[in-house]
Amino acid sequence: MTADLDHRGAPPGQTRRRPPGQASPHRQAWRSRLYRLDVKGSPYLYIFPFFGLFAVFGLFPLIYTAVISTTSWSPRRPGSEDTSVGLENYQNLLGDENFHNALLNTFGIGLVSTVPQLLLALGIAHLLNYKLRGRLFLRMGVLVPYITSVAAVALIFNQMFARDFGLLNWFLQPFIENPIDWRAEKWSSWLAVSAMVTWHWTGYNALIYLAAMQTVPYELYESASIDGASKWQQFWHVTIPSLRPTIIFTVVVSTIGALQLFAEPFLFDTTRNNNGGSERQFQTVVLYLYQQFWTNGRYGYGAAIAWTLFLVTVVVALANFLLVRRIRSAED
Amino acid sequence: MTTTVATRPRRPVKDPAAAGRGVYVILFVIILFSIFPLYWSLVVSSRDQSAVSNYPPPLVPGGNLWDNLSTAFEQGKFGLALTNSVIVAGTITVAVVFTSTLAGFAFAKLAFRGRNALFTSVVATMLVPTQLSIIPLYIMVTQWFGWANDLRGVILPALMSAFGVFFMRQYLSSAMPTELLEAGRVDGASTARIYWSVVLPVARPGAAVLGLLTFITYWNDLFWPLILLNTQNPTVQVAIANTASGIEVDYSLVLAGTVIATFPMLLVFLLLGRQIIGGIMQGAVKG
Repeated sequence: MTADLDHRGAPPGQTRRRPPGQASPHRQAWRSRLYRLDVKGSPYLYIFPFFGLFAVFGLFPLIYTAVISTTSWSPRRPGSEDTSVGLENYQNLLGDENFHNALLNTFGIGLVSTVPQLLLALGIAHLLNYKLRGRLFLRMGVLVPYITSVAAVALIFNQMFARDFGLLNWFLQPFIENPIDWRAEKWSSWLAVSAMVTWHWTGYNALIYLAAMQTVPYELYESASIDGASKWQQFWHVTIPSLRPTIIFTVVVSTIGALQLFAEPFLFDTTRNNNGGSERQFQTVVLYLYQQFWTNGRYGYGAAIAWTLFLVTVVVALANFLLVRRIRSAED
Repeated sequence: MTTTVATRPRRPVKDPAAAGRGVYVILFVIILFSIFPLYWSLVVSSRDQSAVSNYPPPLVPGGNLWDNLSTAFEQGKFGLALTNSVIVAGTITVAVVFTSTLAGFAFAKLAFRGRNALFTSVVATMLVPTQLSIIPLYIMVTQWFGWANDLRGVILPALMSAFGVFFMRQYLSSAMPTELLEAGRVDGASTARIYWSVVLPVARPGAAVLGLLTFITYWNDLFWPLILLNTQNPTVQVAIANTASGIEVDYSLVLAGTVIATFPMLLVFLLLGRQIIGGIMQGAVKG
């Protein structure tokens, strides 16, 4: 689609007819050079603001994090930013039970939130793909949670998951003896945090799947139904394979999001000591990083956590990509 | 294809999309789930603390809404918080739209050496979430620039967006006819001239949608403002996060805060829902 403008566009000095009595040959050459400079150089000018800002506020901090992670920097000990400790922070991290626990929580909550969220989104998108009256209204209804901020979501769900007088415990009253203390256990707090994440993102993912479903050519369904495929078979053998690139995309994006989970567990622990529950039941890696950095003032150790999480993110994103790619594509 | 269909007894193939009543019922239940928590926040914030602590809890709004809203408004410094959020999200939106449209245009319509590699690197930067860089960002902004508790520090690191560049590139490569550019070239217009008088008018609808999505994202952002701003100078999200700490949480006030924080976005959504939905679906298709 993109035109190679410097080939197709006509440099004024060569092919463009020169209006009579204008521009001496010397000036013509100068203008031609300017023109070339414009065509060759200006694209870099246009992408510069993005790359310049990214270099300063994206790339540099990432590299600087690596540097900080080899020091014992703490704002509480002047001069400590110059104290190199080599890879000690990383060694400590390997043996740090709290970090292991945070990793476990992050993966656990990530699994319990991402999988149902994407499956639900697929189902909802399938329903929205029917010919419906009030389409806009229905789509907006599904998307409302996405408009709500993560902080608001967490606080509203905090009330619903409260042990005393929480809405959910009231609904469950006929089935359980004692009200559940949702924050107290790993499983229950994971469920609560996952509920927040799932509620917030399902509609958004459903719309992304819907967009992809609408590009599936109708003939595919038609010929499938002529071949006697049931609705369910059509969904499995036509819809899902056609959605492959979109599914890869959403899985990778939600996984990255799940590994960065912070606001929900941060707000779920109302004591604000960033422990993620009295026994760190739901302390995620980023919450642990925040605790080391903010509460404990351990910049070096926090930076080591950040870099480790970055590496984990890259590995998991790649693994995900390879795994989901195995969904049979529509062309096979 | 036509022959196959013709030789078979022509079954009335149902309209692919004709939805039965069951589809509507399920969708309404789903929408009920997606609206209920917001409705619940309205119920809780329209009651006093003791009413919410009753069993069974009230399921309809009470008469305390205005009282709670105004108490929460004063306690949480929401006047300042709303202003701050408008400044932060507004400035970031303008800047992101600007940087994204420029780069998106170059990637979509201009030929230059290294274009594909550079574009791949834009997409790759989406792998680097800000969360991981907070420690150096905090040091840069507070110690080097001296902007602790300063809105400029919240804004500055967010002026560019890889998603924005990606979005505008997709938009312009389909919405912008290449002939228009060539015509501009033949007329001897410089690239900058073409950008102003040809690209920008075409880009406007896409840019508006990108602006909406960016505004929503930064209105709702918590992590970085929470680190940089103290309770005296919060954004809306920092303000509601601050109300909800402590052992005894008064949920009628906390949720009154969330109502204040959510209401402006809901209003935007009601007015511009069609565009927001279109934007999300557009950004997805080639994703």
